[in-house]
Amino acid sequence: MIRRTFLALAATLFLCAQTGHPALAEDKFIIVQSTTSTQNSGLFDYLLPLFKDKTGVEVRVVAVGTGQAIKNAANGDGDVLFVHSRPSEEKFVADGLGVSRADVMYNDFVIVGPSSDPAGVAGSNDVTASLKKIAESKAAFASRGDDSGTHKAELRLWKAAGIDPGANSGDWYRETGSGMGATLNTGTGMDAYIMTDRATWIAFGNKGDYTIAVEGDPKMFNQYGVILVNPKVHEHVKADMGQEFIDWILSKEGQDAIASYKVDGQQLFFPNAEKGGS
Amino acid sequence: MDSFWSALGGAIGLVFALDPDLMEIIGLSMRVTLTAVLFACLIGLPLGAAVGTFDFPGRTLVAVVLNALMGLPPVVVGLLVYLVLSASGPLGPLRLLYTPTAMIIAQMVLVTPIVAALTRQVVEDLTREYSEQFASMGVGPLDRLTAMLWDARYSLLTVALAGFGRAVAEVGAVIIVGGNINHVTRVMTTTIALETSKGNLQLALALGVILLAIAFAVNAAVMALRASAVRSAYA
Repeated sequence: MIRRTFLALAATLFLCAQTGHPALAEDKFIIVQSTTSTQNSGLFDYLLPLFKDKTGVEVRVVAVGTGQAIKNAANGDGDVLFVHSRPSEEKFVADGLGVSRADVMYNDFVIVGPSSDPAGVAGSNDVTASLKKIAESKAAFASRGDDSGTHKAELRLWKAAGIDPGANSGDWYRETGSGMGATLNTGTGMDAYIMTDRATWIAFGNKGDYTIAVEGDPKMFNQYGVILVNPKVHEHVKADMGQEFIDWILSKEGQDAIASYKVDGQQLFFPNAEKGGS
Repeated sequence: MDSFWSALGGAIGLVFALDPDLMEIIGLSMRVTLTAVLFACLIGLPLGAAVGTFDFPGRTLVAVVLNALMGLPPVVVGLLVYLVLSASGPLGPLRLLYTPTAMIIAQMVLVTPIVAALTRQVVEDLTREYSEQFASMGVGPLDRLTAMLWDARYSLLTVALAGFGRAVAEVGAVIIVGGNINHVTRVMTTTIALETSKGNLQLALALGVILLAIAFAVNAAVMALRASAVRSAYA
């Protein structure tokens, strides 16, 4: 009786997997492990239908922090990695987990803050000086604290400013351990400064009285890269379709598509793939 | 709050306009949750009834474990199912990660202990009333089990609804094993989480109201079914 129940269960689950999922049968899809900034900004919703129309390949995006995206890809749970933390990406390739890395596009990070500007940094284009002022005035600063690309970039900037914010964690330095959107929601709720990528900020719908305080420092450059997960490590990786997607996004057509994506009239990402490279 | 009401109006408008994206999301939510609850009941009802009916060594311990598992955090279940279904995990070759089936499995793991634990309590209370009768009539174990499940059926409907409530409201597990992929594994709760992270708080709240309304409709339908069943049983 029990065995029969389990057999029936297994059979039904199997059927669910088959019938409920016609796409599995044809297998014309790839999984891209990517970041919340590319998803929340709406870029993928704009780009992927263009790619599907051209090639018939569906791209399924799992949007998590860069750290988690890299771990998922290392486990083989994705065909392509599309993230923004160059040192981690290069390590991923050096470890043999990825085939090769290519630049796709960039934007920049900004520090947003409340209009009261408690640390007096509004209008600055010097990020390390601004971080020093924030630390000296002990103005609240909300950090992602989640090992994401933005978090790693933020930590590099604190280091450049010669400050160890972790020593003040729980005091003025507040690690939310969450995604960009959740950190913006939390940070704006406690009048904290927040470092965010510009794309997420422009597309964010709960800005309150917040404005961009610090921007325009070359140190806040934010580069996105794309990597094919190594099929020699994970043999189920759909290398052909994954490479097709990478080739397209690096091609003139893909790069033009990235450049033409705008929110409120502002371009969110700037394509910078090497010409002719793939 | 003006913008909340306009967002709610907009969201309800999407429902009545049968907006294809929203319909797809609601449909997947229902498919995943109802399938998960169905399987959870197939396992949990007999399991809970067995623990509630029969005396065996370690029975109290099993009951405590079942009760404790009712508090399983969804994120932990999501992680466990991820590790099992991941390409590097034991069931990786099945390629179930980031599919609705993975979400069904996660919710099933989450809901089965709830169904089993509550069934055990219901059946155990009933067993006290029936045990002498069963003993004097010499009823076999399997018949006792089915008699218990049948006689407790109305209470067990509420048990199933408790499981449904847990599953339909849950986001932590399905977002990990489903990946919140647009048009593939995006359900109501993960959409609400996504809209919240985009700062579209009013829209997120409006979707929450719609989810609540769907849960209400499901509960009302089950209760109406129960009422008509009771009427016909005593007619």
